[in-house]
Amino acid sequence: MPDKPGRNAIEVVDVSKIFGSGEGQVAALDTVSVSIRENEFFTLLGPSGCGKTTLLRLIAGFDFPTAGEILLYGQDIAPLPPFKRPVNTVFQSYALFPHMTVADNIGFGLEMLGKPKAQIKVRVAEMLKLVKMEALAGRRTSQISGGQQQRVALARALAPQPKVLLLDEPLSALDYKLRKEMQIELKRLQHETGITFIFVTHDQEEALTMSDRIAVMSSGKILQVGSPWDIYDKPAERFVADFIGETNFLTAAIAGVSDGKAQATLKSGATINATVAEGFQPKDKATIVVRPEHAKLTAAKGDLSGTVENIVYFGTDTHIQVRLDSGEAFTVRQQNTRSAGCGFEQGEKVGIAIGNDAAQVLRD
Amino acid sequence: MVATTLSKAALFETGAAKATARRNRLLSVPALVIIGIFGVLPLIIICVYSFLVAAPYGGVQWQFSTDAYLNFLFQRDIFDDTLQFTPDFLIIYLRSFLFAVVTTVICLLLGFPTAYFMATRAPAQRNWWVLLITIPFWSNLLVRTLAIMFIIRDEGLINNALMALGVIDKPITMLYTNFAIQLGLLYAFLPFMVLPLYSSLEKLDFRLIEAAYDLYATRRQVLWRVIIPLSRPGIIAGCLLVFIPALGAYVTPLILGGGIHLMIGDLIAQQFGSGRNWPLGCAQALILMAAVLVALFFYVRNTSGRIQHG
Repeated sequence: MPDKPGRNAIEVVDVSKIFGSGEGQVAALDTVSVSIRENEFFTLLGPSGCGKTTLLRLIAGFDFPTAGEILLYGQDIAPLPPFKRPVNTVFQSYALFPHMTVADNIGFGLEMLGKPKAQIKVRVAEMLKLVKMEALAGRRTSQISGGQQQRVALARALAPQPKVLLLDEPLSALDYKLRKEMQIELKRLQHETGITFIFVTHDQEEALTMSDRIAVMSSGKILQVGSPWDIYDKPAERFVADFIGETNFLTAAIAGVSDGKAQATLKSGATINATVAEGFQPKDKATIVVRPEHAKLTAAKGDLSGTVENIVYFGTDTHIQVRLDSGEAFTVRQQNTRSAGCGFEQGEKVGIAIGNDAAQVLRD
Repeated sequence: MVATTLSKAALFETGAAKATARRNRLLSVPALVIIGIFGVLPLIIICVYSFLVAAPYGGVQWQFSTDAYLNFLFQRDIFDDTLQFTPDFLIIYLRSFLFAVVTTVICLLLGFPTAYFMATRAPAQRNWWVLLITIPFWSNLLVRTLAIMFIIRDEGLINNALMALGVIDKPITMLYTNFAIQLGLLYAFLPFMVLPLYSSLEKLDFRLIEAAYDLYATRRQVLWRVIIPLSRPGIIAGCLLVFIPALGAYVTPLILGGGIHLMIGDLIAQQFGSGRNWPLGCAQALILMAAVLVALFFYVRNTSGRIQHG
């Protein structure tokens, strides 16, 4: 997906957040900088404890950075309390007001902004329609299902027309099918409202399917920012490659680099072309990654050779785990056809062919 | 086959449910017996006595009369037997209501921030705060009230300290005044406000407060639109637990009011003691109960409706 050019809605500049003091102090964020463009669906992705929620809370104003600036369209909002920021949040727990109806929840933000009653009524009706909840406007929030609460939480956060919408793992409490539906729904809402979304998740699949751009975070740092395609196919670091999807790691000797491609000699003796991240000069030895679906099993000897250890059927595809002659593990993902099996058997000697554009050299 | 097993299971379940219900009813028997003997029976006795005639040295004569109720508002002239409106008792009732209302309001104003403070501490710390709040219950109310007496009397702690500091040169009379009664009531009933408020605020989901801030609510709006509505059950419970016993307070006004400033409790006690008019005491107690019931009815109707509907 091509990057959308545009102004920056949010600029996070050298932000650090340290919790606690003295011995027990923990840096939840360590000099993080990132720009989030206007109208984009931006995802902060990482395992729990990586700092993604902390960053979101700093943008929302629930916490204040220890150092650094957070700019909203060029204006530093880091010291402002949450009620002075044109930014709204969809909470992981939804945090709907249990003593109010669905409609009152949606209208709360506008009411607090002091908008006239008639205007609030119109906007609430609009929002109810947007999230398809018109029929349940008068219900209490305890009388509606989890998926419906999710929609109300979205409508409530969108009603005051924030400049940026923050979503803190909003789909994690939903079951699989509902989550899939809401993913599409969220994309539609983002498209229809044109509001910049900052979405926090630990689910890499969710991040890949929904985002315009993703920032992968680990231990309080942003490791890589890019489109889902960039992140998946051109991971810059081992953590990113490992966290997103399944990957094979191979050690290789680098013979030379030209035009962003390195000639990598594998342990098997075969030499393949591997792309190198921009501005990175690999040393003699490097780790290269090959996605399981970008390699092919062959009966004949390929770039690598080994023995089939295990065959796992997944419905749409089959994962064939191979123990390479060099001792490393390697998985190949093969698309299933309806009529035949995968064509290989456990214990069989096989070769693996790596495509011309399948490998990537990692920054170590 | 499957169907029969299912229906058997269902039968077993309903049988088990019935047995559980029976057991639960059985469990309530001790409570019902106690309420019957110590609650309902005395109430019936009070009711009956209030319609009898006072015996000259206490006790009652078994003769029907509504004099006790008439005496509440009127006094029978000894010479011509006419009834004259005497608002003495009524004034004491109204004064007691005023004391109870002021106590409730001030306890709420002091108790709410206290309970909020406790509820926002770390969970391990909270239990210590609850313990601190309950410390006054470890000693007798009479002893604690006497302690207040020693603090506020003319040669008491406060006056001595102020005189030593040169702030005043004559002691301020605090004991045996309305102020003393009010202070004693506040002291005695504050924990009864704090504890239910705390238990309500402790259950409050503080993420809702964040959500309200996020939706442009200022601190004041968060308090009025989110925190107070959600802690309403605690506010209602606390107000009832303070208002009702404060209205019937006996020890505090007796000691700190010095018998000059009476409250309902002392008035009723008097009828059974020096007044030697048991029927009047019974009537006064029942009138108090009726008044509390009426006040409760309006209070609960005004507040619980909002809990359910908005």
